[in-house]
Amino acid sequence: MNELIFLILFPCIIAFILLLLPNNRIRDAIVALSGLVISIGSIYLFATSFTGGSVYFPFPFEPTAQVMFVIEMAIALLLLYLGVKFKQYIAVLLVLVQTAVMLYFEMTMAHGLEPMRNLFIDEFSIIMALIIGIIGSLIALYATSYMNTYHEHHPEVRDRRRMFFFVIFVFLSAMFGLVFSNNLLWVFFFWEITTLSSFLLIGYSESEVATNNAFLALKLNLLGGIAFAASFLYLASVDPSGGLLELDTLIASGQSIAIVPAVLICFAGLTKAAQMPFSAWLVGAMVAPTPVSALLHSSTMVKAGVYIIVRFAPVLLGTLAGIAFGLVGAVTFLVASAIAISQTNAKKVLAYSTIANLGLIVACASVGTPELVWAAIMLIIFHAVAKSLLFLCVGTVEHRTGSRDIEDMDGLIVRFPKIAVMMATGIAGMFLAPFGMLISKWAAIEGFIDAPFGIVFVTILAFGSAVTVFFWAKWMGKILSVTPYGENLEGSVSRAKWVVLSSLTVLTVLAALLFPLVSSVLIEPYVLGIYGETARLAQDNIIIMLLMILLLLILPLSLYTSSKESRKLPVYMGGRPTTPDLKFAGSLGIQREMTTRNYYFEEYFGEKKLLHYSNPLCVLLILVAAALVAWGMSQGVVM
Amino acid sequence: MGYEPGGGHVTSIITALAFVVLAPLVGGLVAGVDRKITARMQGRVGPPILQPFYDVAKLFEKEDVTVTPSQNLYIVAYLVFMIVSGAYFFAGGDFLLVIFAFTLAHVFIVLGAYAAYSPYSHIGAERELITLMAYEPMVIFTAVGLYMVTGSFYISDIATSTVPAILYLPGVFVGFLVILTIKLRKSPFDISTSHHAHQELVKGLTTEFAGPVLGKIEIAHWYETVVLLGMIYLFFGFNPVLAIVVIALAYLLEIFIDNTFSRMKWQWTMKSGWGVAATLGFLNLVIVYYLYMGV
Amino acid sequence: MAYLKKSPWLLHYDASSCNGCDIELLACLTPLYDVERFGIINTGNPKHADVFVITGGINELNREVVKNTYEQIPDPKVVVAVGICACSGGVFRECYNMAGGVDQVIPVDVYVPGCAARPESIIDGIVKALGILEEKREEMKEKEKKHGN
Ligand code: SF4
Repeated sequence: MNELIFLILFPCIIAFILLLLPNNRIRDAIVALSGLVISIGSIYLFATSFTGGSVYFPFPFEPTAQVMFVIEMAIALLLLYLGVKFKQYIAVLLVLVQTAVMLYFEMTMAHGLEPMRNLFIDEFSIIMALIIGIIGSLIALYATSYMNTYHEHHPEVRDRRRMFFFVIFVFLSAMFGLVFSNNLLWVFFFWEITTLSSFLLIGYSESEVATNNAFLALKLNLLGGIAFAASFLYLASVDPSGGLLELDTLIASGQSIAIVPAVLICFAGLTKAAQMPFSAWLVGAMVAPTPVSALLHSSTMVKAGVYIIVRFAPVLLGTLAGIAFGLVGAVTFLVASAIAISQTNAKKVLAYSTIANLGLIVACASVGTPELVWAAIMLIIFHAVAKSLLFLCVGTVEHRTGSRDIEDMDGLIVRFPKIAVMMATGIAGMFLAPFGMLISKWAAIEGFIDAPFGIVFVTILAFGSAVTVFFWAKWMGKILSVTPYGENLEGSVSRAKWVVLSSLTVLTVLAALLFPLVSSVLIEPYVLGIYGETARLAQDNIIIMLLMILLLLILPLSLYTSSKESRKLPVYMGGRPTTPDLKFAGSLGIQREMTTRNYYFEEYFGEKKLLHYSNPLCVLLILVAAALVAWGMSQGVVM
Repeated sequence: MGYEPGGGHVTSIITALAFVVLAPLVGGLVAGVDRKITARMQGRVGPPILQPFYDVAKLFEKEDVTVTPSQNLYIVAYLVFMIVSGAYFFAGGDFLLVIFAFTLAHVFIVLGAYAAYSPYSHIGAERELITLMAYEPMVIFTAVGLYMVTGSFYISDIATSTVPAILYLPGVFVGFLVILTIKLRKSPFDISTSHHAHQELVKGLTTEFAGPVLGKIEIAHWYETVVLLGMIYLFFGFNPVLAIVVIALAYLLEIFIDNTFSRMKWQWTMKSGWGVAATLGFLNLVIVYYLYMGV
Repeated sequence: MAYLKKSPWLLHYDASSCNGCDIELLACLTPLYDVERFGIINTGNPKHADVFVITGGINELNREVVKNTYEQIPDPKVVVAVGICACSGGVFRECYNMAGGVDQVIPVDVYVPGCAARPESIIDGIVKALGILEEKREEMKEKEKKHGN
């Protein structure tokens, strides 16, 4: 249990130390060191307890709960103040509603509650802890170097780096708390802290857009928070002793009791995981400095949303409400992937691809068969690694070239060879065969066929994955095109960034190489523990995939083996005399430049156009889920 | 998942090796016959059946020229992964993995075309991606349909299944024929590279490849053709003779379509590929799904 | 082995032809002559071509184009000048903007005279060019061997 408490409290303590330190090397060193400690801590946790199955710890409920309640109220006051200050009255209203629910709960129902087993750990928690610990710390380390450059480039932004690093570490601490808590009240407490942290980080630059987007994120997440809080009223009224507030007891209590809180909490999960119609906040969040995006998208925040849905998968299994939520995820997957085609802004493409992948995870978890839960957890892992790598690559390129537009990434391989290779690795990790995301997609297809309404999901997946190939491959082609001009600008990238980027690249490849191990050591035991049966990929397929990865690693060597140099020719320009930077004399002797541009298909896959249909559809699906559960409750059946 | 394929490993390895050795011969011959029949349809005599082999042999006699060395790397990867995925298909492996490995191979040739940074190969690459996007859903539907009918994703099981898959999957089969036209780069879907001169694309995707590298691309095409024809076989696994006849007829049909259509816009490719998948493919699957789930 | 002879791929460039020779060249592809019998394909891309067929004479505007295109054809390659214009400039020779025949810019291997050159003689010229192509290939191979040693 001490490891858990250490992982929760240590980042928190560091956060307060960082709050006191000015901008200097000491802070950078502390961030780097504590990042190292946190990652080692999470690996230590893995090494010592991965064989142990689920272990529950009777951590005393009081006085911790009281401290948490006080903090929660303080947060509410802070949000109210900010809401009034920025005239965001809807946010104020939502905070008031949520606080009212919590106060009512605390006043009338909380007295008898004595949940015992408040902390726990199982294989899934370990996976999450590894993701948070390793990737989260790497991003924090990257941020030290990034934020220095950020403030050089943006002199208009008030330097609030103390607050920045404070929030980042609080964020990590809250995420650890979230995945280690077996007490739903505590989960909720950490849940609210992640909402607050992301609110503060998105609004970091204090520009009008940033503030608005921060409030958008706050509002949408508060909606989920209210649903989450409402579930407590239900739980406490069903069992006044508070036993049901224990996550494992609740899930084991059977669908007839657990379905209502499960749907409420999974709704909160949908908002946090930026599913449609709530996806706007994650897209808006890209105004924040890039490390924040990386953090939100890979190891924290949105992963909390899918984490909780995966936890409730056994409850949703076989219910129509689960299918409806699954469809929300599936529609989100398809539509967000399609929208990604039409975006030229690299961060926006990444944002929509995150939303899409979360959609897939939600679809898998909500339908909830063992195979699909296996696929969902795989997706969480691979997505975290590859997506953080991609964000940080884009951030680095943006700082050097001043643009995050994919159209400006021609010949990145010439200007930033190493970063381009890393970025390409990350992209490959998102959609190509031997890499992780594709394995999970494949497992998802095989899993959905045998699930109820599976054919609808399979269809959506088939179209969605085709779209995914398109938008990733065209980006990859852009950065790998070898322009005949341009010089290497890589020298100016700082050491800390290199360390982080190369670690993440190695992790992306390692994740693909070691996934059978991860599966058999962590995911399969977890799925087995929950369902009594498990899923895995067949041996032959694993061997073939490992072969493919080895081939991919060997193939680049062939560049050095070919004995004779082939003669170099310029590209075919219709025979026109062309300068080395591809300028040529057009008609009437006007000099023109050859540029290439990718397809974006605005007219088919435009953002507004698609959201116009998908948002109402998803709202409808959520309402259907709610109606089904309500009707089921009145009839005494589980729908 | 969690299911081991039928058939021994030894036979798998033998069929895979046979594919690696024989597929280029078969694929090349098919290409030769294709050109001969095309010529006959146009009232010409046409080249010798072995012409494709002469062409490739010639390409290997030519000088090796590139725009950038990395192009060659991508094409080697393209060929290698084409062979690997084809070999896995003939070894009786998982259909979905075969499909994804094919996608990987195709992404490599696309990257090779992008790498050159040439206007013509760039547009070819983009359009190749469009075709990839156009046919992918229907290919996945094919795998899924065969799974529901035969109960396995393994090619070895599907090919040896006694279930007359075609009777359950007529819609999927027709859909597959449509995307076969796309995959074989036949008109009206030869949008990414053209077989004929004097077009705005020049040679699209392959514009910047010459000599031995172009030869490798040709060989990869041959491998691909054989696998695609093998996929037709899966619908008729219950009767090998019938399967061979249907394969021949299907290919003849493709040649006929090729010669009666002109190249259309890329939108047409998208609409055809997704259209058949969403209508014929989907409806067929829904019906089979009902039977399969026993509802 | 000499596969080059069995699969010559053409690149046709219209320098400043009056279109007469172009039509005759394309006639070679029609069922009547069907040059694909000999494996001849009209590629339209210098990087795939072995035989560079030019109709019409060189003028000041396309001088560079012909040169560039020629350079982009991988070795071994031959050039066939089709029509009297391509051979010497023909009736346009004295025009103010004409440079003359194709050999003003690039080395020509086979001249096919005629105005317009008949398909038979074009085919004849290309077959002749194939012999030269083969010689060039052998030269290239020997050169490579020397480099190897
Ligand atoms: S040779 Fe005669 S037909 Fe040929 S281009 Fe010259 S003028 Fe025209």
